[in-house]
Amino acid sequence: MADFVPNEIDARFFRERASKHLAINVSGISKRYGAKQILTDINIQISEGERVALIGPNGAGKSTLLKCLVGQEIFDHGEIATLGTSLRAKQPVALLKNLRRSVGFVFQTHSLVGRLSALSNVVHGFMGERGSWRASTHHLAPYSWRLKALRSLGDVQLQDFCEQRVDELSGGQAQRVAIARAMVRDPRLLIADEPSASLDPAAGEDIMKLFSDLSQKNQTTLLFTTHDIQHARSYSDRIIALQQGKVFWTGPSNLFDPDLSAALFR
Amino acid sequence: MSKKPKYVPKRTPKIGSFSFVCLVAIGAIILSSIGDVAPSPQRIFEGIPRLTNLLGRMLPPNMEEEFIFRMFWVLIETMEIAIAGTFIGIFLSLPIAWFSAKGISPLGPFRWLIRGVVSLCRTIPDLVWALIFVSTVGLGAVAGTMTIVVDTLGFCGRFFAEAFEDTDPKAKQAIRTIGGNQWNIISSAIIPEAMPSLINTSLYALERAIRSSVVLGLVGAGGIGQELKVAFDLFQYKNASAIILAIFVIVMAMETLTDWLRKKVS
Repeated sequence: MADFVPNEIDARFFRERASKHLAINVSGISKRYGAKQILTDINIQISEGERVALIGPNGAGKSTLLKCLVGQEIFDHGEIATLGTSLRAKQPVALLKNLRRSVGFVFQTHSLVGRLSALSNVVHGFMGERGSWRASTHHLAPYSWRLKALRSLGDVQLQDFCEQRVDELSGGQAQRVAIARAMVRDPRLLIADEPSASLDPAAGEDIMKLFSDLSQKNQTTLLFTTHDIQHARSYSDRIIALQQGKVFWTGPSNLFDPDLSAALFR
Repeated sequence: MSKKPKYVPKRTPKIGSFSFVCLVAIGAIILSSIGDVAPSPQRIFEGIPRLTNLLGRMLPPNMEEEFIFRMFWVLIETMEIAIAGTFIGIFLSLPIAWFSAKGISPLGPFRWLIRGVVSLCRTIPDLVWALIFVSTVGLGAVAGTMTIVVDTLGFCGRFFAEAFEDTDPKAKQAIRTIGGNQWNIISSAIIPEAMPSLINTSLYALERAIRSSVVLGLVGAGGIGQELKVAFDLFQYKNASAIILAIFVIVMAMETLTDWLRKKVS
């Protein structure tokens, strides 16, 4: 493991971070699939409003860690506190409605319902709210949900496409609809699992910029995984690098240099 | 010019001894069936004068105003049996498909019980169901409608379940992550994605129901089949030919309509 020795500026960075409230506090979690150890003694703290990139080679445990954070995966040891909701080891995966209400999730592929309109897909973001049967389609949704969904589509510059079916949109546009769905409830935490991986470089760049801008504008904590080191450096305040299920390196994005990158992906 | 390749695959694959025995057995079954029950050219030749005689007695079809008027209302009843039976059958097939679909059913492994019921509905021929319902609820259109309901349930129950199973798992996963429950997943992701398949299957079920409803009367389950049986039993061949003509027109019209609707949907 490469040692990171903070200099004076970086020490101030960490002091400032520690003084803020923690959005995510991961204490010593481990996770195993059968004989394969996926995560080993992970300790991570992410402050509210921080933008963090989670990087690492395939199989490093990035996606599993994200799923553990929102209670989608049961982990074997340790404890997680996401937005104040405590998740304990071997705790059955519960609905955790309150937590999911405060977290926006964006997947590698957009994971939208292709045959429905962009607006209906954004209205799906209200699932888990009271009367969620009305979130099936925008035709049934209350006025306030429709209005918020339209505003959210406006934030991703797709208000004019609100009635267009998602399977008629480009990959980049569909991913922007997915971001609008994740942002529609004004989440305190936005989690994105390789959001630009299925897009061409230009569309990927647009998506990452949009993420960064929206999270800064709304003071949302942003945690995303990526294989693109340039994206991680440009659109995050801090990088957490995972290698074989362990934290390999963590520190300010600007300090992640090509040598570290080579060591991480060797 | 390149050299001759070292190995050229054989045109016909090698057949093992077990496959050879199976092929011979299948051939023997086909030949024995044809020998036992297929019409010989002599039987066909002998039947031609009788067919000509029958056609002579059937033509021209009975076009008397009173008869046509009476048949019109019987045809309407036949259509009603088909439409009501199909509609109720489709309505009942939706929850049945939900309970029997793999990965969606809330019954887990017990979904096979529902599958078994659907298979039972499908494998017993409609005329047998009609006989059962005529014995249960008496002669007439109600027995015919119940037959169509069961027949549609067997057909749509299976294909709806397959359509549900084939939907994109990513969209379902996304709705679950947002906080949606099982009902939200079905109404927001599964039904919209499976809709073209559901409509196509339903239209095909309607076509089948129209064809079935015209023959159900042969065993007393209402509709125009009952009139056809009476016409043949009383040697009223001109009436019979008029009824056959009406059945042809109604089935063709329905097939044209469903084809047009299917194209619209796709």
